[in-house]
Amino acid sequence: MEPILEVTNLSKNFGGLAAVSGINMKIEKGQLVGLIGPNGAGKTTFFNLLTGVYEPSEGLIELNIDNKKKQIGGMKPYKITELGLARTFQNIRLFKSMTVLENVKLAMHKNAGYGLPSALLRTSKFYNAERWIEEKACEYLQEVGLYRKRHELATNLPYGEQRRLEIARALATEPVILFLDEPAAGMNPQETDDLTKLIYHLRDKYNLTIVLIEHDMSLVMSLCENIFVLNYGQLIAHGSPDEIKNNEFVIKAYLGEEI
Amino acid sequence: MSQFLQQIVNGLSLGSIYALVALGYTMVYGIIKLINFAHGDIYMIGAYTAFFVTTYMGMSFLPALLVCMIVCGILGVLIERVAYRPLRKAPRITALITAIGVSYVIEYTTQFFMGTSVKTFPKLLPDTSWVFGPIKITYIQMVIFTVTIVLMVLLTFIIQKTKIGRAMRAVSADENAAKLMGISVDNTISMTFLIGSALAGAAGMLVGLYYNAASPLMGMVPGLKAFVAAVFGGIGSIPGALVGGLFIGIAETMVVAYGSSLYRDAIVYAILILVLIIKPTGLFGKNEREKV
Repeated sequence: MEPILEVTNLSKNFGGLAAVSGINMKIEKGQLVGLIGPNGAGKTTFFNLLTGVYEPSEGLIELNIDNKKKQIGGMKPYKITELGLARTFQNIRLFKSMTVLENVKLAMHKNAGYGLPSALLRTSKFYNAERWIEEKACEYLQEVGLYRKRHELATNLPYGEQRRLEIARALATEPVILFLDEPAAGMNPQETDDLTKLIYHLRDKYNLTIVLIEHDMSLVMSLCENIFVLNYGQLIAHGSPDEIKNNEFVIKAYLGEEI
Repeated sequence: MSQFLQQIVNGLSLGSIYALVALGYTMVYGIIKLINFAHGDIYMIGAYTAFFVTTYMGMSFLPALLVCMIVCGILGVLIERVAYRPLRKAPRITALITAIGVSYVIEYTTQFFMGTSVKTFPKLLPDTSWVFGPIKITYIQMVIFTVTIVLMVLLTFIIQKTKIGRAMRAVSADENAAKLMGISVDNTISMTFLIGSALAGAAGMLVGLYYNAASPLMGMVPGLKAFVAAVFGGIGSIPGALVGGLFIGIAETMVVAYGSSLYRDAIVYAILILVLIIKPTGLFGKNEREKV
């Protein structure tokens, strides 16, 4: 089977610093993929390249849509989102002054098919579209267990729930690939456990491919089917959790070497 | 007392116009942090458009109002695309100076084509007025109130209940996160200019009818006062622009009625200075420290 996302020789330089250099990666459809590496290894930069925040200095990012390859490196972020890549952020970036429901509704912008004229004239098209958005948004909130808090302001949610709201918001863009940047950061073991279940559930229900950056090794090892390891902007290993655990380069990168 | 009430009514009608213009300042500032000094001139173009379509094309009030709003809305979008978009990443002061430049371009282009003389409008609205106890409301004042209220309700509806408004609020809160949630920032900014400028166009037509005059530099002083109104209410805040506009309108009318028309503008700016000293973010402004 063709991989759903293929990255070829991807690099990003900031001045003289190669934050990401020469990465090749293939991600299969429906996989749960982990991206790990020490701090500053370039994981978030890599996510930013894939979602269009940064333009690659070099290399290709190809998304496979209906068996057609499309190069998405350097495209505008909202176009990439339209093609089906969605993400959450390492530092939560919800729209704090909006309600929980509005945060999710906002992400359905591209699928809400009406314009200013029909909103002004309040045509049935507008009402139907808004009703559909509302129902759909409530459905996503139910998935992450925030339905009952839908009218609260995002900023008033506890931390773990804000993380789940970010996931709901990303889901609302109807992605094919979902990127989670440290979804378990700051969570306690119970919350991490719930998150694991949620990720499995969402993958199966929405037929997603999920790529996650995570420092919680127990989460990565139990959840991910395929793991990529970055260090100093380079891919140093990839494979199944067992292979990664025993890979000498990975152990060196994480534990250091004897001198 | 009856004079006082009467002045309130006069102040409210002037204030409604300031509020309509102030909304454009505040919306644009809220989304791209630019003080659009050309906004007062868009209002002037609104008055000229009204003059043109009513005098030469014989349009009646409502169609003329619609045309004014559409023309000004499109003009606002064009200005953003030509002058401000290329400077989106430039330092803010660059865009600000450009805005002043755009303002002059519009003023003197209008002067070139329309001449410097004051244009007067044909009679569009009847001279009737209503008397409620001690106060008298003229037909044009009634029209100003109605149009302002309808436009405010529409604006609130757009901002609170539609996807366009959601996108605008999201871009204003966190542009980068909005992009990654599938929002086209460029389109959202265009939409903001469209709506803000359309409101200024409506205000321009109303004021043209109120004073029965349109001239190429008519946008300068009301533009500045609407800006003062926006700052007074807390720039970036939509209810703030509304309250600020009404307040400045009433204050100005009161000064003329009970003080001296000579000090009219001085008082308005004195109020601004006081507000900025006591509450630097304006009445409804968010207390946000700017990072230096």
